[in-house]
Amino acid sequence: MDATDQKRLLREMLFARRFEERCAEAYHERQIGGFLHLYPGEEACAIGVLEKARPGSDYVVTGYRDHIHALKSGMNPKALMAELFGKETGCSKGRGGSMHLFDPDVHFMGGYALVGGPFPLAAGFAKAIQLRGSDEISICFLGDGANNQGTFHETMNMASLWNLPVLFICENNLYGIGTAIERSTVEINQYKRVAPYGIEAAQCDGQDIDVVMAHAEKAVQHVRGKRKPYFLELMTYRLRGHSMSDSGAYRSKEEVEEWAQRDPIGIYKRRLIEAGVLSEDEFHATDEAIQDEIENEIVRFATESPEPRVEDVARYVYVEGGKQPWLK
Amino acid sequence: MAEMMYWQGILRAHDEEMARDPLVFAMGEDIGVAGGTYKATSGLFAKYGEQRVIDTPISENSYTGIGVGAAMVGARPIVEIMSVNFAWLAMDQLMNNAAKIHYMSGGRIRCPFVMRLPGGTAHQLGAQHSARMEKVFMGISGLRVVTPATPRDAYGLLKSAVRCDDPVVIIEHEAMYNLKGEIPDTEFFTPLEGVEVMRPGKDVSIFAYNISVHWALEAAQKLAQEYGIDAEVIDLRALKPMDRAGIAASVRKTHRAIVVEEDEAPVGVGSEVIAIINEECFFDLDAAPVRVHALDVPIPYSHRLEKAAIPNADDVIAVARKMLGR
Repeated sequence: MDATDQKRLLREMLFARRFEERCAEAYHERQIGGFLHLYPGEEACAIGVLEKARPGSDYVVTGYRDHIHALKSGMNPKALMAELFGKETGCSKGRGGSMHLFDPDVHFMGGYALVGGPFPLAAGFAKAIQLRGSDEISICFLGDGANNQGTFHETMNMASLWNLPVLFICENNLYGIGTAIERSTVEINQYKRVAPYGIEAAQCDGQDIDVVMAHAEKAVQHVRGKRKPYFLELMTYRLRGHSMSDSGAYRSKEEVEEWAQRDPIGIYKRRLIEAGVLSEDEFHATDEAIQDEIENEIVRFATESPEPRVEDVARYVYVEGGKQPWLK
Repeated sequence: MAEMMYWQGILRAHDEEMARDPLVFAMGEDIGVAGGTYKATSGLFAKYGEQRVIDTPISENSYTGIGVGAAMVGARPIVEIMSVNFAWLAMDQLMNNAAKIHYMSGGRIRCPFVMRLPGGTAHQLGAQHSARMEKVFMGISGLRVVTPATPRDAYGLLKSAVRCDDPVVIIEHEAMYNLKGEIPDTEFFTPLEGVEVMRPGKDVSIFAYNISVHWALEAAQKLAQEYGIDAEVIDLRALKPMDRAGIAASVRKTHRAIVVEEDEAPVGVGSEVIAIINEECFFDLDAAPVRVHALDVPIPYSHRLEKAAIPNADDVIAVARKMLGR
């Protein structure tokens, strides 16, 4: 990877961080409502994996901590912020919200609130790919907490049995909401849990984007080449709460501080500076440019966009102008 | 016009749609090699292969979700749940994903998903194999719910459901797979919306669906022969969305209404139809509408008790006679 790409990746992670921080502000200012689950600390996971896939062509699905997966898939950040603001210009026209981002134009298939619900959907995208005989893959990002749902086991079994091209990415941030993994799960190494289903799997550091990309490249090649599922577990950590209403009572300050030392942006920035690819001044200039773009273009767009019209509340229950073969 | 059984109509619809579109596929428990519990997919495995006629493990929620996911990216799945009772296990994928995805995405993602459900109370199958779940599906925004009462509609509703861009739940009936009836030889589509007048009449409207259409027709015949009551039998057929105008049109003609449902009250088709009548044509009524329904009990095993729990034509006759004073 050349210096241009390295700097682009760092910029993408920093953009993700600043975007999420700005969301938190907007939430406190009540411009964003509902539940809001932010990604700081985990940026290397979505960005590193999708860097090695084909965003826009491969199908991507995840849970409710979905902003950065949507962005890296190719969603316009203005449409994302407008969605969070509940506006008609949002990616889901203000009908979805933070947990239900969609952009089928770039094959970003959502944004789901039920833990574990996307496992079978991802396998379903892969089933359709298999029927079409095309070479896309399906990529499912979920947390460690999802692996205690029945859908995890049911889907692993069927994905393996039917050779479905799905890449399962487990973002293991050590907590299912506010319960530590060792208090909810016998086998805490998540990648070992797919072995009985005959699915190849690996575990790696999710904070170092170079490590993530090395493992993701292999995983993507496996799924795309062999047309079989693969399971990659990324060890990561949320630097913020589960959602905006998190007491934080379940984690020690020491633990959070320890992981903050392993911030993926910090790790990558230091590496690029040490390699002479990047200067501290350049980094700050990039940071300022990002914050300027977020404030003056993205938030401004969301703020100035129109609300959905009340008379449209019942639109999209059924497909408008959908096929009615009986009328022929 | 050929006489076919209910299951043969379903099989024919599968076969025609699968031959037409390579993205139509079927999945469910025992539907492939075994041919389906009610034969409705028999022979398809040999003809279309294991990629398109898929024997699933017993994992209702996740294979439903696989169908939903495939539908979201352009495939046309027909998912059979072996018995409607097992659909409880698939409710997360059906309610939270299939039904809501089009709305939640602001109309950007379609989910042309079909779920077929052998439903109803058959013979002494006990409480966990005798559920009637239409009231549950009817209450979910975003779904279409239809119920064939005849072999013709078993064929025509599945044809329309596969072509429809919305998720469609088809509730069949375990006791009707061998029912015989005429199906046109040429391809046709039964509407997923609207009622059908099965027997015109002027004295009372009997609204029914699925197996209760046959109880209503039997009752109407006896009411005419023995009591001089001319009942109109309406097959509701589409339980969601329900045809408000069609229901009101019949009541405006007869001024009386009975709803016959195999499901238990409270909550259900009967209460919904009567609410629609109140909202649409209350002042056309000459009598308070009445619902004939199953008892509010888990369906018992004993044949005698099972019969007592489920309504029949005699119950409809008794209600109609009382309503008309004959």
